[in-house]
Amino acid sequence: MNKTDTQSMPSSLVDLFVSFTLLALQGFGGALAIAQRELVEKKRWLTPEEFAEEWAVAQLLPGPNVVNLSIIVGGRYFGLPGALAALAGMLTVPLMVLLLLALCYSRFGSHPGVIGALRGMSAVAAGLIAATGIKFIPALKAHPLGVAACAAFGIISFISVAILRLPVAYVLLGLGIAASTFTYRKLKP
Amino acid sequence: MNDAIQLILQWNDWLALFLHMLSLSLLSVGGAITVAPAMHLYLVDQQSWLTDTQFNASIAIAQAAPGPNVLFIALLGWNVGINTGFLQNGLMGLAIAMTGMLLPSTTLTYQASRWLHANRERRWVRAFRQGMMPIIAALLLATSWIISSAHDELLHDWPLWAVTAVTAFIVWRTRIHLLWLLGAGAVLGWFGII
Repeated sequence: MNKTDTQSMPSSLVDLFVSFTLLALQGFGGALAIAQRELVEKKRWLTPEEFAEEWAVAQLLPGPNVVNLSIIVGGRYFGLPGALAALAGMLTVPLMVLLLLALCYSRFGSHPGVIGALRGMSAVAAGLIAATGIKFIPALKAHPLGVAACAAFGIISFISVAILRLPVAYVLLGLGIAASTFTYRKLKP
Repeated sequence: MNDAIQLILQWNDWLALFLHMLSLSLLSVGGAITVAPAMHLYLVDQQSWLTDTQFNASIAIAQAAPGPNVLFIALLGWNVGINTGFLQNGLMGLAIAMTGMLLPSTTLTYQASRWLHANRERRWVRAFRQGMMPIIAALLLATSWIISSAHDELLHDWPLWAVTAVTAFIVWRTRIHLLWLLGAGAVLGWFGII
């Protein structure tokens, strides 16, 4: 792997639990953007390439993506105990918050301010996710397929999901296998 | 309908709930929300363990709350338990539903990712890692587009699109903490500015 001096890793199971708890609690609809910011830019547990790969795996397998991602990252550094610590971090505290909210929701859920605030937060979350995508683009300049082929794959993927509304899993499988096969041919054995 | 349900659940009902979640786990590619229609059919229409209102509110609250959306499964289980009239049954339902939903998918994810990591220097694993990159970038932009296009009245909703674009630019160019941006969006929305 391309581990550089700036790469880091979680120091303990407690570190994993706390890190994923904080990550989960920030994830209002944009958990992926938060995960990219925290795991790649701040903590440097993953390179951007590793993050893209792990996220593709997390998305392709059944189960919630961010939960899968926590298991993959935790498992990579501490095996099964790490996966369980990250998973517990992802679920425990957010679950308690959720139960509290569920008790409040019946009283405040129809307040116009609350509805407006959720609208505003979802617009911001859309921006967070877009920025996460934009940040991958510079890395594509050095891609084995070349810029033109990357752009073609990108545009077809975008149209398939955003305009035609095909399921993400199909697009990842179909176009992902095609792009990986082309890349395979370009890579030296 | 808002009629409260008064349930009496036997151990075989708990087992049935567990097995139902277990059977849906490996089908939930793309997130647990993709199997929500199957859960609605079972919990609301067939078993009458939940009201329609309880089911929909569970999803809405989980999406509005911080944390992964899969926690709506926990709320479904919680509500099934609460419908018996006992708080401890709420916790029981929560634990049973979440365990059933997550056990198969997390086990598969763990095994698959360990295997991929152990074989990461192989040529086709490297090809997969790099080949996925352009598609992942495009999918993220597509996700953002889908969230935004729920606001499709341009005359009325253009401020939301502007907020999305400005947010994307700020996150791309600066290292500001993302919670500030979410907070700003919430404040603008609360006062009806966007």
